[in-house]
This record gives sequence, structure tokens and C-alpha cells, in this order.
Amino acid sequence: MRLELGYVFIKDVQFGSESKVENGTLYVNKEELINLIKEDEHFESVDIELARPGESVRITPVKDVIEPRVKVEGPGGIFPGMISKVDIVGSGKTNVLKGCAVVTTGRIVGFQEGIIDMTGPGAEYTPFSKLNNVVLVCEPKEGLKQHEHEKALRMAGFKVAAHLGKLAKEIKPDEVDTFETLPILEGINKYSDLPKVAYVQMLQSQGLLHDTYVYGVDAKQIVPTILYPTEIMDGAIVSGNCVSACDKNTTYHHLNNPVVQDLYKKHGKELNFVGVIITNENVYLADKERSSNWTAKLAEFLGLDGVVVSQEGFGNPDTDLIMNCKKIEQKGIKTVIITDEYAGRDGASQSLADADKLANAVVTGGNANEVITLPPMDKIIGHIKYVDTIAGGFDGSLKEDGSIVVELQAITGATNELGFNKLTARGF
Amino acid sequence: MEKIRVVHYINQFFAGIGGEEKADYKPEVREGVVGPGMALNAGFKGEAEIVATIICGDSYFNENLEEAKKEIIEMVKKYNPDLFIAGPAFNAGRYGVACGTIADAVQRELGIPVLTGMYEENPGADMFKKSVYIVSTKNSAAGMRDAVSKMVPLALKLAKNEKIGSPEEEGYMSRGIRKNFFAEKRGSERAVEMLIKKLKGEEFVTEFPMPDFDRVEPNPAVKDLSKAKIALVTSGGIVPKGNPDHIESSSASKYGKYDIEGFDDLTSETHETAHGGYDPVYANEDPDRVLPVDVLRDLEKEGKIGSLHRYFYTTVGNGTAVASAKAFAAEYAKELVADGVDAVILTST
Repeated sequence: MRLELGYVFIKDVQFGSESKVENGTLYVNKEELINLIKEDEHFESVDIELARPGESVRITPVKDVIEPRVKVEGPGGIFPGMISKVDIVGSGKTNVLKGCAVVTTGRIVGFQEGIIDMTGPGAEYTPFSKLNNVVLVCEPKEGLKQHEHEKALRMAGFKVAAHLGKLAKEIKPDEVDTFETLPILEGINKYSDLPKVAYVQMLQSQGLLHDTYVYGVDAKQIVPTILYPTEIMDGAIVSGNCVSACDKNTTYHHLNNPVVQDLYKKHGKELNFVGVIITNENVYLADKERSSNWTAKLAEFLGLDGVVVSQEGFGNPDTDLIMNCKKIEQKGIKTVIITDEYAGRDGASQSLADADKLANAVVTGGNANEVITLPPMDKIIGHIKYVDTIAGGFDGSLKEDGSIVVELQAITGATNELGFNKLTARGF
Repeated sequence: MEKIRVVHYINQFFAGIGGEEKADYKPEVREGVVGPGMALNAGFKGEAEIVATIICGDSYFNENLEEAKKEIIEMVKKYNPDLFIAGPAFNAGRYGVACGTIADAVQRELGIPVLTGMYEENPGADMFKKSVYIVSTKNSAAGMRDAVSKMVPLALKLAKNEKIGSPEEEGYMSRGIRKNFFAEKRGSERAVEMLIKKLKGEEFVTEFPMPDFDRVEPNPAVKDLSKAKIALVTSGGIVPKGNPDHIESSSASKYGKYDIEGFDDLTSETHETAHGGYDPVYANEDPDRVLPVDVLRDLEKEGKIGSLHRYFYTTVGNGTAVASAKAFAAEYAKELVADGVDAVILTST
């Protein structure tokens, strides 16, 4: 399967009478987007705001971040099973509006939504401060249940991202990257000297409000299976969850999965990247046992020499992470796991909820409990009043002058466990 | 600039007083350097100076712990030092424990930086590496030069309140404190590179060494439940409606103790969850799903348990540091025992 990703670089975002991309600027017609979102009757009010890198803007509570993409050639469409039909995606050509994103906010759904600061110290910790953001401020109708609220917002984000993505369909991209994965036997024959490596991606599936979707299927209900890596680049996996902001994989993270990108960089040179095994993080022990048994079985079945395992969330999923690692290592297959830490505000506590000596190669996205002070911003998009109650906030997080003292946990994407960031931790 | 004032602690052996037969030697202070202090002083190259050396026998110290600590702290205080150094103790067990103990006490009571050194298997290392900087040395005094070469630069940094680098850079034993920093490469790239090294059989360095995991053996079963007073404790965040003590939705800094006298059933009117790590809908609809007061009341009426304790204890387990959780439990476990509770049902989420 071969996919060409065409990047159309976006350097600015502006409102305009017509939605279009011109000379690196994304123009959005506000009314058009509002009407599109309001097709869903669950919203009381909808507004669109823009947030650019360096602006004194704070967006909170953030639910999802999505990159606009469009299929230019090849079967299917972006976000199969959610926005498009369920054709197999990941081949042909896809154009990307690179440098911008759709961000969803509005009244809080659960507890685990985040903060994006476009400038200041907080901006260092979130990758989304570097993007030109189209922010959807969607307020639900009174009485709307949390799950329906989450779903309505999730779909609003995908709809707008797909809508804006279409603006890139006819544009000649500024840069093109090509990714190719051969069917397993061909791939193994072609690079017979190289170690066979797969990526085991754990998807958050702890339950309602903590869900991930694969071609529209709730990942709780899957058994581990195999994807071509390029399927992910067309939106085969999307976020539907309110896990702590710092280590939730937003849809943007999935589309730009850094493990997939970095394995491709070494593919055919130092390793043979044969594919992706996706698995889930269910809460019942039997599910954890079954899923980790299956990832180990698939790793063996593919004849792998090594895997990178990534996690999403923390605590309960630490057990899935360690089970996957242990069972795959016991098959004689080398593992590296990517996680983050909850070592307490002073960094002196136990970082993970589970451990095993076979997990001897760990990459960490940092200690999510570390406390940061975020200075006041000139403008708030969304609602500031939830800051004390979101995960990572505490009584008194929000100061009178508008500054915020929170754990990194509250910053969207801060300790990402796909290895999206440079943040890490070490022992002192 | 004034010289940094250092007080040095050594045992009777390194002071040249004697071996085991002199181990009951009482604390004594001498002006200037004695024994290994000379090598340290030379290493300081005039930047710092050992103004006094305290000598104490290892047996005396360990057998008269409180008294010895008090005496030595008084001695240290008199010299008003900027830094306190103990040892190095290499693999001498009682000496290592003494160095760790006195360094820890000086640091806490006098508020000045402290440093010691010993072999990693010295029992003093495990006891004190979390609270004081311990330079990792060889296992015998033959490693004095090596020890001094690591202790001198770290001592000067500590005295000057300069930024201390990682254990690898500075040569001290990791205190297990995790600190964030920005690496040069993103995590995924580091992971792929680590995997390539691991596949090739090359050396690689994990970013998080697996800890010795604290596993708790369950107690034996309660013999006669029908006479037992049972308490409910949860990390599932069930609180009276409105979360009166504002227990955090994640990374809790406190727990709550609430009265359930008169409650046969928790309802969405009376209770809710403060927990931010799971879907709260079902817990809020019926909080008994997390804190089973209704079932325990039934069992109480049926005589299957003696009684349900009047109070329940609750916190949020979501992202809460193990150290905090341990501290909470240490506090309320005492209360539970004092209240005559025989057994506890711990519920999570």
C-alpha cells in the first residue's frame, strides 16, 4: 500500500467571505462553518474563533484537535466510518493543510479536557501552540447527556476538518512525502537482511468518554488486529476520549503518528517496518489478558524481531502496557515501550502503576504531575471556570489575576505517549 | 571571596585511632583536617577549607544514636560551616549508616548542604540515597582517590548552591526523584533508536529504570464475619453531593471522612463521585456501585456482618502519587484501628 501525502503549508488563518486557501493563508467563512455544525440539533449556540501562534490566547477546555486532510486519489475518504464510507483508506494521494488545526471547545464534557496556550511557558508544552487554529466553541442544549455531548462535539470537529480539508483538493502541494508498505511476504523478501519491526499501538478504550474509534468501530469491541501504517494517515483511527489532556492522543496525533513516521524513516535502511498492530486498553481483566495475548500472538505470527509499543492514558492502562511488553518479550521479540510518569508533584513517588523487569527499554514523555504556572492571557476562548476541576487542576488553580497553577496533566498533549514531544524525565 | 567552610565527619579508623577495639570512641572535634580530609582539602584548591573534623566510633554512634546525633550537631553548629561532608565510608557498613544518618540530620536540623560517599551495596546507601547526596565509591579505601575526585566538585557545587546535574554526570546515587527536561529528539525517534540498538545487541539506556515494585500481601481471611465491624474505603472518589472538601478529580492531595449513619442507600441526591478518571455517569446515578453501602446494610440486617463502620474514607486514585496514597492510608488506618474496625473493604473503580 502506497500513499503520497501532499502538504499545503498554512502560515496564517483569517475570516473571509469565502472559505479558501490562498498564498498560504486559510480563509474561513464563519457563517458557513456555524451552519454546518448547527445541522446537529444538539447545540444551543456555536461560534468560531481563530487562534494563531504567539497570540496571547488561552483555549480551554479543549476536547480534540484535528488536522484538515482530503483524499485526492485512491479509494475512500478521510475518517472512514465516521465521515466517509468504510472503504479501506491509506493508498493513492492525500492532501494536508499543514500548519493548521480544528480545535473543539465549549462547556466541559467530563473532567479530562485540556488547556492550549498560544504563547508563554504553557505554549512550550503543547504542540498545538504552533498551529493556526480554527476553534469551534460549541455549547450544548441544556440537559444533553455527557455521552451525546461528547459525540456531538467529536462529530462537529471531524465535519469541519473534512470540510476545510476539501479546500486543499485542487491545490498543488508545496511538498510531497511518500510512504509505502508492501504485503507482508513481499516486504520480508525485499528486505530479507533487516530486522522485522512492527508498531503496537494501544488505543484508549476504558469506557464511555474514554474511547477511540477504528473505521467507526468502538475500539473496546475489537480484538487486536493489523493495519497498514498509511491507513492511520487517512484517519482510520480517531479520538473520542476525555482522558487526561496531557496524554490523550488527539485525532491530530493519530493522523501524524510520530512512531509511524520515525519507523518509516529507518524503513529499508536499518529495519523493515512491516505494519501496525492495534490493540485496546479495556478495564476488565479478561479483556486485558485476551488483548495482550493477541498482540503477542500477532507479533509472533508476523515473525517479528522487535516492536515499539505506545500507550494512551495512565494508571489502569499501565497494566496493559506491562502485559503487552512482558508477553511480547516472552516470545523472544525485543520491545521498547513509550509511556509517561505520575511521580507526584515532587517527582519522588512511583511513576507507573505496574512494572516488570522485562520492560528494560522505556521512553518517557515526562512527569505529568510536575506543576507549572501559566500567566494570564489577554483572551480566553471557551471557559476559564473549569480550570480548578479539570484533571491536573486543583482547588485554587485559577488565581484572581487570571494566571493558573496546574500540573502539566492539564495541558493538551504535554506528555504524549506516542513520543510526539521532546519532553522527558530523568532520575536525580 | 571568602573560603567555603567545611566540617568533616570520619570514624575512629580513618582518624588513625584504632580499629574495632576503639569503635566505642566518643565524639571528639579537632580543628582542621584529619586523615582523608587532607585529600579533600587538597582537592578544594583553596576554594573551600575543612575547618574542623569530628571523629566518632562506629559502635558508639550506632548504639547511642540520639545522643550521638545531638552531640555531633552541636559540634557542627559551633563552626558555622557552609557544608558538611561525611566519609567516604566505602563498604564499611556501620560507618556508612553513621555517615548517612548524621548527614541527613545535619541537613535537616542546620539546613546546610551535606554530602557523603560510599559503596552502592553499603546498607547506608539504600537507607539514605533518597534524602542526601551520596557519591558512589569503590568498595574499599583503595578507592579513596576516585572517591575524592567525585566528591570535591559535587561538594563545591552544593556549597555554592549551583545546579546539580544528573547522577551520571555528577557521580552520585540516583535519589529516585524524577525531573522533566526537554531532550534533543522527540520521544518516538528516541524509541526507534533504542529499539535498533536493542536489536543489534548494543548497549542502550532506558529512560525509566523499572522500580522495585511495592506489592502488598493480603491479610488472612476474617474468621467470623458475623462479629466483625467492617469499614468502607474507596479510591473511587465517592463524596457527599457537592464534594464539600474539594477533593481533586485527579492527583488528589487529600482524602475525606464522611458519616454514613442513617444511610441505607446512597443516591444521586446524596452522593456523587469526584473522580475524573472514569465515566462518572453510572457512579453518579447510583453511588452504591462504587461504595456499596446498600449491600452492606443488607448484610448487617441479615447478621452476616457484625456492623458497618459509621464513617467511610474516600479519595481519588486517578494520577494520585503512591506516596500521597500511602500517607493518607497511614493516617486513617490508625483511626480505623482506634475505632475497633476489624476489616476494610477497599473499592476502586
